[in-house]
Amino acid sequence: MPYLELKSVSKGYGLNGARTEVLRDVNLTIDQGEFVAIVGYSGAGKTTLMSILAGLIRPDAGTVTLEGREMTGPGPDRGLVFQNYSLLPWLTVAENIRLAVDQVFPEKSEAERAAHTTEFIELVSLTPARDKRPHELSGGMRQRVSVARTLAMNPKVLLCDEPLSALDALTRANLQDEITRIRTLHRQTVVLVTNDPDEAILLADRVVPLTAGPNATLGRSFIVNLPHPRDRKALNHDLRFRELRREISEFLLQSRQDRHATLTRKLVLPDIEPEDLSVPRSRLGRSRPLRSNELKEATVEVTS
Amino acid sequence: MKSFKLDWLILPLLGIAVVLLAWQISCKTWAKELPSPAKTWDASKDYVLKPFEKRGEMDQGILRFTWYSLVLVAKGYAIALVVGTPIGFFLGLSKAFTKTFDPIIQVLRPVSPLAWLPLGLVLFLGAGKQASEMGALFTIAICAMWPTVLNTAVGVRAVPQDYLNVAKVLKLSRWKTLTKVLIPATLPYMFTGFRLSLGIAWLVIVAAEMLTGRPGVGGFLWQEYNALLYEHIILCIITIGVVGFILDRLMSLVESRFKTA
Repeated sequence: MPYLELKSVSKGYGLNGARTEVLRDVNLTIDQGEFVAIVGYSGAGKTTLMSILAGLIRPDAGTVTLEGREMTGPGPDRGLVFQNYSLLPWLTVAENIRLAVDQVFPEKSEAERAAHTTEFIELVSLTPARDKRPHELSGGMRQRVSVARTLAMNPKVLLCDEPLSALDALTRANLQDEITRIRTLHRQTVVLVTNDPDEAILLADRVVPLTAGPNATLGRSFIVNLPHPRDRKALNHDLRFRELRREISEFLLQSRQDRHATLTRKLVLPDIEPEDLSVPRSRLGRSRPLRSNELKEATVEVTS
Repeated sequence: MKSFKLDWLILPLLGIAVVLLAWQISCKTWAKELPSPAKTWDASKDYVLKPFEKRGEMDQGILRFTWYSLVLVAKGYAIALVVGTPIGFFLGLSKAFTKTFDPIIQVLRPVSPLAWLPLGLVLFLGAGKQASEMGALFTIAICAMWPTVLNTAVGVRAVPQDYLNVAKVLKLSRWKTLTKVLIPATLPYMFTGFRLSLGIAWLVIVAAEMLTGRPGVGGFLWQEYNALLYEHIILCIITIGVVGFILDRLMSLVESRFKTA
């Protein structure tokens, strides 16, 4: 059984006339402990895909399952590292992490939670800055706090939404090494979204390209068969690395060119089961019509 | 312009001198009834130099009057904040609430304190001796409330989605989202509202005291006008201005403490 699974996930924005399908029929399975990188153009729907994984937005069709259970909302089991850090500016480094710790481990004692917080501040080597506020920190340090906050929740899956794209090249390289180090420490399942194929190959076990949007979908997986730890300097001369980079770049470029040909292979049918009106509706509006499988295999061939 | 040593002191003093000169010229030429600066000082120095003296109900040192007014403002202002802040939060959080009450708020907001006061007095007619104070408090509160209400609402709507996403991922309860995320994120806006509200509360107090005849800066002003002691009117105007200025400065000091990056 796959650990984390996306099954025929589609998502669009806007109403009928001006509707754009951002993601169409996205399928992905991830094993426990695997590091998967999703590479795609900016604007292709990477953040949308990440938000769906995190449960912040609901897909129009399809399901997200973690350990066989369908995910319908956000939760601390899928830790999300935000693109723009999203630290609360009125809290110090320690308080930001503590907020997450208090929320996820309410059963632990005060002292245990304090120790837990300290442990994760140490993990990202920010002990000297523990009582500083986010605006006193550099971008790289802020992102480290964000990573520490997420890891401290002890998530089953670590979701990284372009965590390094706002940083300069040197800080970026530093943090990439840090992510690798933390990763080998915890054997965490990681999904990383990035627009940099090099970064993806350097960090991940498997790279999955996301085709250009609209109607973006995932391409075939590229297994990265390079031994850990990977040395970025040596990697530049590694033939397998260069071959992989060429293939992935080629796939992405190709996807942009022939996206008209693959535009609508599948049809979204309004397969909504009628709602049972005899059952009282929950006041919170959680009840929704069941939508199990709206993507039908009935294909419309578009040849251009 | 080039700055020079002590310009922060000399230039404002120069400004005051220009105004005093204009005042002096005015009372010598077209405004014969206007007391001159020297005469004003002569008639007021008793009140300024012995600011806490109490000679009678309506004949007290200027700071004593100011104190009465400030106490009343503080009470009305407190009511305005306690009522206004939650309304602001509801407006910011709920679209339905906004649609329901925003039109009423927009209609009530520009109503002058002079119009509210009689209604306040009528409302608390049953309170007997307390009626004038309750009426004044009602007027201050209802006039001073709006900047707090509107700024809080704007602040709540402006809370970045990122912070709300953090709250969602952490599964914070409603109460925790409010106390840990919404209120801290809204504080800078709230304090802007609080500062504007305090300015209005201080404006309203003068009108309220004038009409109710309560002892205070405004009441004193109105009484001295009726007693044809025009020098004291000017004294009161200057006092009201200085106190308002100090209040505003204090509030912006507090406000800047709560500004988050």
